[in-house]
Amino acid sequence: MSLLDIKNLHVEVAGRKILNGLTLTVDKGQVAAIMGPNGSGKSTLSYVLAGKPGYEVLDGSVTLDGVDLLALSPDERAARGVFLAFQYPLEIPGVASMTFLRTALNAQRKARGEPELSTPDFLRRVRDVAGKLGIEQEMLRRSVNVGFSGGEKKRNEVLQMALLEPRLCVLDETDSGLDIDALRIVADGVNRLRSPDRSMIVITHYQRLLDYIVPDVVHVLSKGRIVRTGGKELALELEAHGYAQFQDEAA
Amino acid sequence: MNAEVRQIRTAAEQGLSDAYAATKEQLPGAGAIAALRDQAFARFEAVGLPHRRIEEWKYTDLRAAMREAKPLAAPPDAGTRARMRDAGVTVAGVEARRLIFINGMFVPDISDLVALEPGLTIGSMADALAAADPFVVSRFGRVDASGDVALALNTAFMGDGAVIRVAPGTTLQRPLHLVFTFDGAPGASFVRSLVEVGAGARLALIESYESAEGRDDQVNAVVELMVGDKAHVDHVKIGAESTGALHVASLVATIGADAHLNTFVFNTGGALVRNQLFLTLDKSGATLRVGGASLLKGRQHADLTLLLDHASGGCQSREVFKTVLDERSRGVFQGRIIVRPKAQKTDARMMSRALLLSEDAEADNKPELEIFADDVQCGHGATAGALDDNLKFYLMARGIPEKEAEALLVQAFIGEAIEGIEHAGLRDALMEASVRWLEARSG
Repeated sequence: MSLLDIKNLHVEVAGRKILNGLTLTVDKGQVAAIMGPNGSGKSTLSYVLAGKPGYEVLDGSVTLDGVDLLALSPDERAARGVFLAFQYPLEIPGVASMTFLRTALNAQRKARGEPELSTPDFLRRVRDVAGKLGIEQEMLRRSVNVGFSGGEKKRNEVLQMALLEPRLCVLDETDSGLDIDALRIVADGVNRLRSPDRSMIVITHYQRLLDYIVPDVVHVLSKGRIVRTGGKELALELEAHGYAQFQDEAA
Repeated sequence: MNAEVRQIRTAAEQGLSDAYAATKEQLPGAGAIAALRDQAFARFEAVGLPHRRIEEWKYTDLRAAMREAKPLAAPPDAGTRARMRDAGVTVAGVEARRLIFINGMFVPDISDLVALEPGLTIGSMADALAAADPFVVSRFGRVDASGDVALALNTAFMGDGAVIRVAPGTTLQRPLHLVFTFDGAPGASFVRSLVEVGAGARLALIESYESAEGRDDQVNAVVELMVGDKAHVDHVKIGAESTGALHVASLVATIGADAHLNTFVFNTGGALVRNQLFLTLDKSGATLRVGGASLLKGRQHADLTLLLDHASGGCQSREVFKTVLDERSRGVFQGRIIVRPKAQKTDARMMSRALLLSEDAEADNKPELEIFADDVQCGHGATAGALDDNLKFYLMARGIPEKEAEALLVQAFIGEAIEGIEHAGLRDALMEASVRWLEARSG
């Protein structure tokens, strides 16, 4: 059963065509890796799924459980279970982490017609998840991501993901800027969230991340389309031979 | 009478002249006070209302904006007094001693004057002027030295206000709250208050202005504040009047040696608002924090003009001003810091930021530093811009709807200024007032 269906997606950013007829299906519970060289459209795909303004869809469709995602605003997509873990999480001075988490969680619950979480329940859940990710309570008292290291920011993304319990997680180059220890913590956090009800798209340039988050399927993205699909061994092949062969195939 | 002094008079200028001629005999104070009023009024007569060709009023053309001079506001009747008993609720969470002024007039019977702390005296300015109180009389010259016409008009017409003295060494646990409220036929109020905080004393002072929406009162308020050596004063002024009001307020403060003053202006009200701060650090070792937060919409215009005089050395000052502008509103910030030749080791930093929520809003920032000493650290910065779309997207991508995401970011923006207020209850009250403003915007 598919959760996400992308068909013949054409996307332009600032007058430049980035995605050229991308077609991709992600099944329920599946972890799909998307690998590709710089400029192949990996980040564009993640932003289009999340609904970032400025990404113009020229043609094609994106549906989540049959619902047209492209017709929804970013917050509506989030409430329906789309979560983008940013490659570069933003710092929001003046917005306290806890306020941010609670506002987001309750906004999503409200949009789905669920009751808001009580303060003790909310705090318990944050403490629980933060503990597993090695996020100090002191960090949560600060403004969102302000003064956080690269690794702390990525852990904070996983914290949000765990709290919001999305159906589709899109991890955009989650490994970038992480040393091996931080990578392991983040990957463990992500692995704990794997479930038959949750699909993941793991976007990465390097095979390394896939040693920790082992995908069910690997897609190769080049020049804005999927040019090859295979099992997890495809990642190793790419590591050995590079992307050059696929760039010719896409042309 | 003096119609020949200026060739063209506006209706408002003529109205002020007529009002002065008609009411000066009834204004409190004779002799020296009356002479002071005449002198001040003569200065107004010579130059008229301030306009855009006067540099200090460049962005706030009072002469053009003021279409008429309202008659002096009438004293409140018994019904009004009863209704205004709960005035000042903007900061209900703060356990302050409330002093209530209706139409500029002190109303002791609904003010909280019971069990005054030892060392605290509170009186009416009208009474002090009528009695030619020597302490009060001796303080007026300093204010008028600035030559500002709005101040001169206040001196000419001053009716009532508060006279507050905190004896040296006295620490007041409860903040004092001067509540200015308006009722009956809209009119002109000229309020003058004098606050002396003795050496080593501590005071938190709130000044708030509120009126029912739709009123078009004209308010000219002056507070003279003397902060004694080693004294500590936390002052917050809240402007929450009708969006039809004209409000010109001046704070004239002198800060003593090793003293601390934290003064903050919060404004959401008024059609045209000008807050002028004339602050003088005339002894060494003082620290000063000046902050402001304005949230404006519709066609509101709010001007904050700071003249900060580092007249003595070794003082530190920090200024943070934030303005949020929606719809067709306009925010003006003028900040001038003077560092006198003898004010060595001055450390002064001024920042003004405007956030424009609408294409039609306007922000004018004019920071100026005039430094005559050589061993100083001074800096200023000014910015004007829209909300960061990337931050907004980040919040929305977590499920927060657009208006709520904007509200969070605006709160964060304003919060950076409000954080500088020392009194926690006041900080919370002003954050809540900001949230209410934002909710009204999204609703």
